[in-house]
Amino acid sequence: MSNTASKSGNKARTIDIVYAGLRKRKAAERRFQLYGKLAIGLGLLFLSLLFGSIVANGYTAFVQTYMQIEVYIDPDRIDPEGKREVKELSRADYGGLVKATLRDMFPEVQSRREKRQLYRLVSTGASYQIREQVLQNPDLIGQKISLWVPADDEIDMLMKGHIDRKSAEEDRRVKDNQIAWVDRLLSEGRIEKRFNTIFFTAGDSRDPELAGIWGAASGSFFTLIVTLLLSFPIGVAAAVYLEEFAPRNKFTDLIEVNINNLAAVPSIVFGLLGLAVFINFFGMPRSAPIVGGLVLTLMTLPTIIIASRAALKSVPPSIREAALGIGASPMQTVIYHVLPLAMPGMLTGTIIGMAQALGESAPLLMIGMVAFIVDIPQGAFDPSTVLPVQIYLWADSPERAFVERTSAAIMVLLGFLITMNALAVMLRKRFERRW
Amino acid sequence: METIDESEVSEINDAGVTDPVKVGHTAMVDRDNRTTIGEILVDNPRMSCRDVNVYYGDNHAIHDVSLDIGRNEVIAMIGPSGCGKSTFLRCLNRMNDTIDICKVTGTITLDDEDINSKKIDVVPLRAQVSMVFQKPNPFPKSIYENVAFGPRIHGLANNKTELDEIVVTSLKKAGLWDEVKDRMDQPGTGLSGGQQQRLCIARTIAVGPEVILMDEPCSALDPIATAKIEDLIDELRQQYTICIVTHSMQQAARVSQRTAYFHLGDLIEVGDTNTIFTNPRHKLTEDYITGRFG
Ligand SMILES: Nc1ncnc2c1ncn2[C@@H]1O[C@H](COP(=O)(O)OP(=O)(O)OP(=O)(O)O)[C@@H](O)[C@H]1O
Ligand SMILES: [Mg+2]
Repeated sequence: MSNTASKSGNKARTIDIVYAGLRKRKAAERRFQLYGKLAIGLGLLFLSLLFGSIVANGYTAFVQTYMQIEVYIDPDRIDPEGKREVKELSRADYGGLVKATLRDMFPEVQSRREKRQLYRLVSTGASYQIREQVLQNPDLIGQKISLWVPADDEIDMLMKGHIDRKSAEEDRRVKDNQIAWVDRLLSEGRIEKRFNTIFFTAGDSRDPELAGIWGAASGSFFTLIVTLLLSFPIGVAAAVYLEEFAPRNKFTDLIEVNINNLAAVPSIVFGLLGLAVFINFFGMPRSAPIVGGLVLTLMTLPTIIIASRAALKSVPPSIREAALGIGASPMQTVIYHVLPLAMPGMLTGTIIGMAQALGESAPLLMIGMVAFIVDIPQGAFDPSTVLPVQIYLWADSPERAFVERTSAAIMVLLGFLITMNALAVMLRKRFERRW
Repeated sequence: METIDESEVSEINDAGVTDPVKVGHTAMVDRDNRTTIGEILVDNPRMSCRDVNVYYGDNHAIHDVSLDIGRNEVIAMIGPSGCGKSTFLRCLNRMNDTIDICKVTGTITLDDEDINSKKIDVVPLRAQVSMVFQKPNPFPKSIYENVAFGPRIHGLANNKTELDEIVVTSLKKAGLWDEVKDRMDQPGTGLSGGQQQRLCIARTIAVGPEVILMDEPCSALDPIATAKIEDLIDELRQQYTICIVTHSMQQAARVSQRTAYFHLGDLIEVGDTNTIFTNPRHKLTEDYITGRFG
């Protein structure tokens, strides 16, 4: 088009043609922008749907129904011989105390069936709570103490409105008489919803009201520590060697291809490898964060190596030449100049790799980190599970109360992930360098 | 019209036509006529090169160059773009080692020691023959750290006072001290282009080299900064041997005692700077310095 215009040598005509086409060009540009906006809008829509449904499902898990009971610590039940021995005291029948208390509170309940329903108002956690208090302070024996204990998960669900009072009695797990008792306690101010500390401090449990994420969070923590301690130095060392020292030949090309390959291997394969090598061959403990960390190291290494190499590549060669030109050894050049400049990029890659590792569950299923573990792990060798696996376990449980806990656990995990990724972005922004 | 033709010729040559017989001026000079004219030898040379050839893979970038570099002299290397000036300069402290495909043959000696021999370590070699680059490349660290880096890695100072002393003297020699003495802890990258280049020279001086290689040190600078660096080069000659690559013939004429003219990988003519510029003996040299191409 411009050719014909220039051939005719008429300047005005060129302008005319440009103007004629301008509207079309502008329209094309607007259309293109619109597609982009649509794509982003769609992404945001799905994201908000996801977050919305998780939050809507999960926010109630951050509170829990508690019930006030006055327990008489009956010496005849707890310590009939009066020796106050820790061993005896810790084995005593505290559940019986709770039951007696409930019977005292509702003397009209007589039939065995009704009694059993009555006992089900309170969580089994109540007896642990009493035991703990007694062990801490044996002087309580013979006294009456007032306690707020967690209500059973069904009662909790009733209080949170997840159980429909109007539905037929046989359709719901909380019966009419239980509802009546709860209403009475409610009117006496003996039942209320409080912040759910158990959820943040306890390990897993069969009882939803006693189940917490602290065990899984600790497991995740130890697993990630192992992963970080292994994958960061190994990844950086590999990247520095490949980028700064290794000769470029067929062999290093092969290594490069394999590293990229490794990044694409499905994570479950790493789990199988971990099972075969670390557990079956080296005899390392099952379900332990140390093995989880090793497996996740294999998985994270390619991410870290690739990110670190990119970071090293982005350091301009003139910096290396400057150092080499006045007689720095390649090693000194790397340590004093290249590495510090590449470090933010490397850290960003590492954090992203860690975030991936934190969200990973499949390979950990293979090495037994899917077990039901009540105790909070104290180190990398204790059996434990991790947050995503905990989510998987809870999502599999039938109780209604686990549904909200599943969502709450997802919220916690997302919180960690968002924090880590935000940190990575911040780091990149902060140390971004224009040459 | 004629000048346009000639510039086209030189463009074709620079683009790497290896057989120049058919085109323009170079047609008169075939390969046999490319033996070096002039005084390649000097008495008691600091460095001397004999039959140096450089290959980048299959690309034969330097052909049989022999050249002596005297003590306390500034030798300028000129020639059209792509003729191998930088390549030759980088041979002198084995910077070409960093390029995998680059192969250097021939002998290059520094004070009668073969720098390409297996026994020579590049680290001490580059401390003796240091390089200043075309684009100012200060480290993204403080001005002090920039200068202190060399002495520190070579262990030239026993304590902080000695190191400070080296830094200050180097900056003074580079003519930068007065401008930066109050901002030693500010990043070197925050200086102006000319100051950065002088900082790079100070950084080089700080390791106490014997030979300083400069690859177009002024090409990124304005005339005033250039004049400062040229003065500096003249002063530094008292203590150092300086090899400078430049595209500016005026600059070569101003700062150097000897000039070497390269053309397509050959060393065409070497000699006293005055003679080269007033009375070039080779046709190619004459064409180049009279500005007919290049
Ligand atoms: N790293 C490299 N890899 C491959 N070939 C190279 C490399 N550096 C230079 N060459 C080639 O070597 C020849 C000489 O290049 P050199 O950089 O020495 O030229 P020069 O005289 O310094 O040019 P200029 O004045 O433009 O800087 C050119 O043909 C160039 O293509
Ligand atoms: Mg060059």
